[in-house]
Amino acid sequence: MYVAVKGGEQAIAAAHRLLAHERRGDRSVPALTLAQIAEQLTLAVDRVMAEGSLYDRDLAALAVKQARGDLIEAIFLLRAYRTTLPRFGFSRPVDTAAMLVRRRISATFKDLPGGQCLGPTFDYTHRLLDPLLAGDPDLPDPAERPADETAMPRVTDLLNDEGLIEPDPAETDAPVGDLTREPLSFPADRDLRLQALARGDEGFLLALGYSTQRGYGRTHPFVGEIRLGDVEVEIDVPELGFSVAIGRITVTECQMVTQFKGSAKAPPAFTRGYGLVFGHQERKAMAMSLVDRALRAGDLGEDRVAPAQDEEFVLSHSDNVQSTGFVEHLKLPHYVDFQAELDLIRRMRAEIAARQEAAE
Amino acid sequence: MTDMDDARFPPLSNSLPRGERGPVGGSGAGADAGVELNGALSPLVGESGREGAPGAVLDDQANLRTYSFAYLDEQTKRMIRRAILKGIAIPGYQVPFASREMPMPYGWGTGGVQVTAAVLGPDDVLKVIDQGADDTTNAVAIRGFFQKTAGVATTTRTADATVIQTRHRIPERTLQAHQILVYQVPIPEPLRYLEPRETETRKLHGLEEYGLMHVKLYEDIARHGHIATTYAYPVKVEGRYIMDPSPTPKFDNPKMHRSKALQLFGAGREKRIYAVPPHTDVVSLDFEDHPFRIQTFKEPCALCGAEGVYLDEVILDDRGGRMFVCSDTDHCEERRAEGHRGALSGESR
Amino acid sequence: MAALTADTLEGGFHDPVFQSQAVFRAVMAALAEPARPVPLPPSARPPAPLTAELGAVALTLADPDTPVWLDPALAASDAVRAWLAFHTGAPVTAEPMDAAFALVADPARLPPLSAFAQGTAEYPDRSTTLVIAVERFDTAAGPLFTGPGFETPRRFAAHPERIGFLDQWAANRALFPRGVDIVFVADGLVAGLPRSARLATTE
Repeated sequence: MYVAVKGGEQAIAAAHRLLAHERRGDRSVPALTLAQIAEQLTLAVDRVMAEGSLYDRDLAALAVKQARGDLIEAIFLLRAYRTTLPRFGFSRPVDTAAMLVRRRISATFKDLPGGQCLGPTFDYTHRLLDPLLAGDPDLPDPAERPADETAMPRVTDLLNDEGLIEPDPAETDAPVGDLTREPLSFPADRDLRLQALARGDEGFLLALGYSTQRGYGRTHPFVGEIRLGDVEVEIDVPELGFSVAIGRITVTECQMVTQFKGSAKAPPAFTRGYGLVFGHQERKAMAMSLVDRALRAGDLGEDRVAPAQDEEFVLSHSDNVQSTGFVEHLKLPHYVDFQAELDLIRRMRAEIAARQEAAE
Repeated sequence: MTDMDDARFPPLSNSLPRGERGPVGGSGAGADAGVELNGALSPLVGESGREGAPGAVLDDQANLRTYSFAYLDEQTKRMIRRAILKGIAIPGYQVPFASREMPMPYGWGTGGVQVTAAVLGPDDVLKVIDQGADDTTNAVAIRGFFQKTAGVATTTRTADATVIQTRHRIPERTLQAHQILVYQVPIPEPLRYLEPRETETRKLHGLEEYGLMHVKLYEDIARHGHIATTYAYPVKVEGRYIMDPSPTPKFDNPKMHRSKALQLFGAGREKRIYAVPPHTDVVSLDFEDHPFRIQTFKEPCALCGAEGVYLDEVILDDRGGRMFVCSDTDHCEERRAEGHRGALSGESR
Repeated sequence: MAALTADTLEGGFHDPVFQSQAVFRAVMAALAEPARPVPLPPSARPPAPLTAELGAVALTLADPDTPVWLDPALAASDAVRAWLAFHTGAPVTAEPMDAAFALVADPARLPPLSAFAQGTAEYPDRSTTLVIAVERFDTAAGPLFTGPGFETPRRFAAHPERIGFLDQWAANRALFPRGVDIVFVADGLVAGLPRSARLATTE
């Protein structure tokens, strides 16, 4: 006698109980606090906020904890929460020239107004595992210097003053697209492309950006500037007739100065690739600016030949919540479809065997 | 500002209909390009005044405390409902919709779940199947989701359901006029495997240029002697749109034709909804010399003895032992309750 | 903006979640089986000349994402505009071509169907849905309609009817998959005429 497998419900409940158990790990080790995650795994939290499209360190820390450190799972948790939030309004564009800068470097000029400022960076560390960090060593306080009143104009603005780089697109009153509210269609405007890249998977963008450096859509990039710091977020309040600051967020901005364009009529000028990401995420901001520039190929009259220049390909595959869902869905039962394939392949093999037999 | 600007980029005061606004003062606001700030909305940073705001709210223990009926907020439901109505008016046409992130992964039924959430009401009776069965893990998970978020009555009995969400099967029992069948769709574009670009396939649908599909099917015949598509077998709806029936076996295709039930299709990751109204022609593509044929099974269901139904193959041992049983578990149980017996049901007839 | 009055604030759904769900299901049933009036649960109490049914459909489907066109009878009423703005947040457009929904209280003076958004070959869904209040439906007489959603052809007319409506409908059908869809409402009833519905007599 055959009894069909039952009890999916109990199996699921038991699996989730086991998951919770494993997430907690050895009970004799103190549980992680959200403050520990938010304070000490800051870059993981930043990534989750950025790709989760929700600026909330505490919720991102919770997501990291709940996801056992699986950042794509954490991003997914944050997105699924975000989607339920009511929308009260839209911010004004943030002004990164007015950023309270913690780090600012340029690869294009040795010195410039406001200076270079290394800030907290892995750059130039020797990648040697530090056994002291197995404990909680005393650390010297960071060096401080008096706040510098010198303005830190953006490198691209300095180049623009001389007309050497294409100007930023003029500010318009045109509505800003929102791919979380309207399905993406192609061709997509740059606002939607940048939004997709800002939420896009860091690894995917990194690989695409790298591919442009290796000749698949080369753009001759220079890091005009990377800056990290805090910016104010303002919203318009029509009832008041002016905008109001509602908070401050940390962002990383990368302006890539790339391949110049020119024609008989227009003198040559450098072009821009732009990256802006929540939190401290230099690798992501740089990759984003490379891919942004690559995706502008069509607008700038370049041939679209490389994957990074292919808007539909890039934007359709950059979202890791989508890609992980669909890749992982393959583990769901497919036995109905598989049975259909089995039936066909058995029948075709039988037909061939019969033909061979008849021929012999 | 024009009216159209209003629609897309609403000022603070117009962003939600009045009746659905949460408390505005001191709460979060969106940042540029749709990236939302959560700031003071976060329950973890000492705020408690969000009673009545739509959407999920965390309490101090970070447990989900309240959420909208059937999870989705009203504005999202309206957007999905509008897409469903367009789909019904243009049978087989894939309507783009602003699919939301759901608390389950893309590819696991988010499209079907959104469609179900948008149609479901308190009087509905919901059935969820995956591979024809009510007790497969993903069906259990989705049914549990709606029990939790909508408190809706559920059933495993096809006859009792008003809304049936399905993945990969159409129930064996003929659906009736009051029923709605919601399909979970992974790749809604029937031409996708022939042409990966949406920009191209959309043109082909617009021009009703379907030669590519016929060429593909014909190449199958030339190479294999058969049309090698056994599931997600393309259909033509009301003589106009070629449509993907979702990865149901082609065995189920004839059930779609002039069905009395309304059939709705949701593809969450691909952000498409489409529909087949009741009594609508749904014809599987074929050729005069290679007419469309459904799968047949050599033996009846080993449990209930049913013939002319779709069967799962179950491997019994590693010596080639196998049996075939109904994929539609409700159909099988109903037949057994009526006294039908198969070869391995363990009871004499 | 008109001052808020009690008329503006009142007459919405008292239970938006379930009432809009019920209205949606009625509209969906009406479009799924066209030319067959189905009961529309009474729920909204908008200011005249917006009828209860027009108001209920607007509350159910319109919001800040959907520009709404009002026919002259409705557009002339500040009370109607204020009520719709307050309860739906939908922007009002003067251009029928830009409208996601057109609300019509005076069907005899309906503009030509071709004045509304028809969608494109690639995006036929980008079209206007007309919601038209009529006095009564006639399913005994009237022309025969058929198409998806019809087990057999059905007779259907919505009165009062604009002169030349059937010719316009035939022209609308000829555009398929482009074209407009119509949701007719009468006292406690809703009937759909999606673009897929065709006049059986013209075959």
